Amino acid sequence: MTDLQIPATAAAAPTTREPAPLESVPRGRSTASRLRSVLKHVLLIAASLIMVYPLLWLLVSSLRPTDVIFRSPGLWINELYVKNYSEGWFSLSYPFSQYIINSAIVVVGAIAGNLFSCSLAAYAFARLKFRLRTLWFAIMLMTIMLPVHVVLVPQYIVFNKLGLVNTFVPLILPKFLATDAFFVFLMVQFIRGIPRELDEAARIDGCGHWQIFSRVMLPLMGPALGTTAIFTFIWTWSDFFTPLIYLTDPIAYTVPVALRTFLDATTASNWGAMFAMSIVTLVPLFLAFLFGQRFLVRGIATTGGK
Amino acid sequence: MSAISELSSLRRSRAKTPEEKRLAAKEAGRDNKAGYLFLLPWLIGLVVITLGPMIASLYLSFTNYSLIQAPKWIGIENYTRMLSDQRLHTALWNTFLYVVVSTPVQLAVALAIAVLLNEGMKGLAFYRSVFYLPSMLGSSVAIAVLWRQIFGTEGLVNQVLQAVGIHSTIGWISDPSYALWTIVLLHVWTFGSPMVIFLAGLRQIPTMYYEAAAVDGASWRTRFTKITLPLLSPIIFFNLVLQIINAFQAFTQAFVVSGGTGGPSDSTLFYSLYLYQRGFGQFQMGYASAMAWLLVLIVGAFTAINFFASKYWVFYGD
Repeated sequence: MTDLQIPATAAAAPTTREPAPLESVPRGRSTASRLRSVLKHVLLIAASLIMVYPLLWLLVSSLRPTDVIFRSPGLWINELYVKNYSEGWFSLSYPFSQYIINSAIVVVGAIAGNLFSCSLAAYAFARLKFRLRTLWFAIMLMTIMLPVHVVLVPQYIVFNKLGLVNTFVPLILPKFLATDAFFVFLMVQFIRGIPRELDEAARIDGCGHWQIFSRVMLPLMGPALGTTAIFTFIWTWSDFFTPLIYLTDPIAYTVPVALRTFLDATTASNWGAMFAMSIVTLVPLFLAFLFGQRFLVRGIATTGGK
Repeated sequence: MSAISELSSLRRSRAKTPEEKRLAAKEAGRDNKAGYLFLLPWLIGLVVITLGPMIASLYLSFTNYSLIQAPKWIGIENYTRMLSDQRLHTALWNTFLYVVVSTPVQLAVALAIAVLLNEGMKGLAFYRSVFYLPSMLGSSVAIAVLWRQIFGTEGLVNQVLQAVGIHSTIGWISDPSYALWTIVLLHVWTFGSPMVIFLAGLRQIPTMYYEAAAVDGASWRTRFTKITLPLLSPIIFFNLVLQIINAFQAFTQAFVVSGGTGGPSDSTLFYSLYLYQRGFGQFQMGYASAMAWLLVLIVGAFTAINFFASKYWVFYGD
């Protein structure tokens, strides 16, 4: 299921820099304004702590024996109980590496698919004039808002008939057909920000559309492609609904589905191991966030709406 | 422009003059082939992955189908059965509560923090990262697992309460009167992504408006309600529409927190979850399809109401 939780607006123009912070209040050096500033920071720090505390606690608890987890609300730790990780890794039907490899295949396939299909469609919508373009474009925008359930059952029936349940095809194939319309829109926005003179110049030099697309547009679309790749990574890695439906054989489980089986396996009471594997599944997301944040924030930075 | 305002501006775009039409037609001829070639993957996807299945599920919604035998036409029976399906009503109510509480609260928090962060302060990047992070992790099963522990009878929340001297033995997850609200809280916790969009929007409001207002001696409150809110309203609207559509489809957190049952006493039985149980637990594909179409109608109605209401509060500066 495509989670539309995320910023859905437009891509940054290629040359955008982060604008200087807005100073809405004239900076006085009065005590009142200083006090206000301190108060604000205290408030924000308190809010930050509440926001990240569960995550930090999860990390620390993944290194505690289960019985300690249930009596330690704090973050201090006496010894590192790494046994949770080795136990968790091997406590399901396959070693956890199996699920990580499965997830990696799906993620790589989804990223490749989205980059390929969405950029092609976006180029057509943003630069080419063809019959019914406005109609297709409107339909594309509407599919962004369509609940996934309405296509789910027939899709399942067809993939089931074709014997593709418990393969990764149902998870990857749609991405090669630009079904994540959100990214098409993101790239359309981005291409609109690229000066048309560049296409014109290439055309005068005798380039066809394919060459304009592959030699002029794609190299300039770096930020939009980056944003697409990172979001696809994060959404696909944590997607639960689709794999839950299509992957019923443990050998094909992706990470979220595997993690969920902890809850109804006999290991249900082994919270330490479950937490350890939770951390394992969160680390790639965290890294994607850490290194991709520039794309994530900038991808939506300039034309935030309207 | 966001997808939403783009859609409404398509609707608003003026009619073309005959001369423009002629020129447009001439122009159009040139790229037709290339246009459709570039669009091909998307078009195939539209037909095979989206429109085709939509029509198929509409048909299936009038049938009885369990994957084993051929679909049997039963007319509107699936829909009439919904009228007396108590669990469906519960699922609708839970989802409705979740949508109308968690979406506005989440957006309000996002807006408040964004406005606070936008006042040109030190550490903006740090705070932004910290607040943004949970929304990147929040939809994962791992966080739902964590939530299950945190709000369990002996979970973190009760431990913390204990530490500050409040003795609590409430199992937030196992008590039907609280379970849903722990999921609402989880949703609010992921306010980071709308916050980032709001921040980007706030950056676009020309500073001169605030300067002029300051010269006129406008209070903070006036500046917020007369400048910030109107100029940000298209973005708020856009977030509202998408978040509502999204919240109607909430699944993972309720599934994991309740172990797939929607319990305790169906208090976390979301619409999506119930649809999953019917379709992929009991393989009642006809009923699940009917449920899917009901969801489309409901989401469509909410979106239409949103668009209608937007005339009264969303300000487009053009």
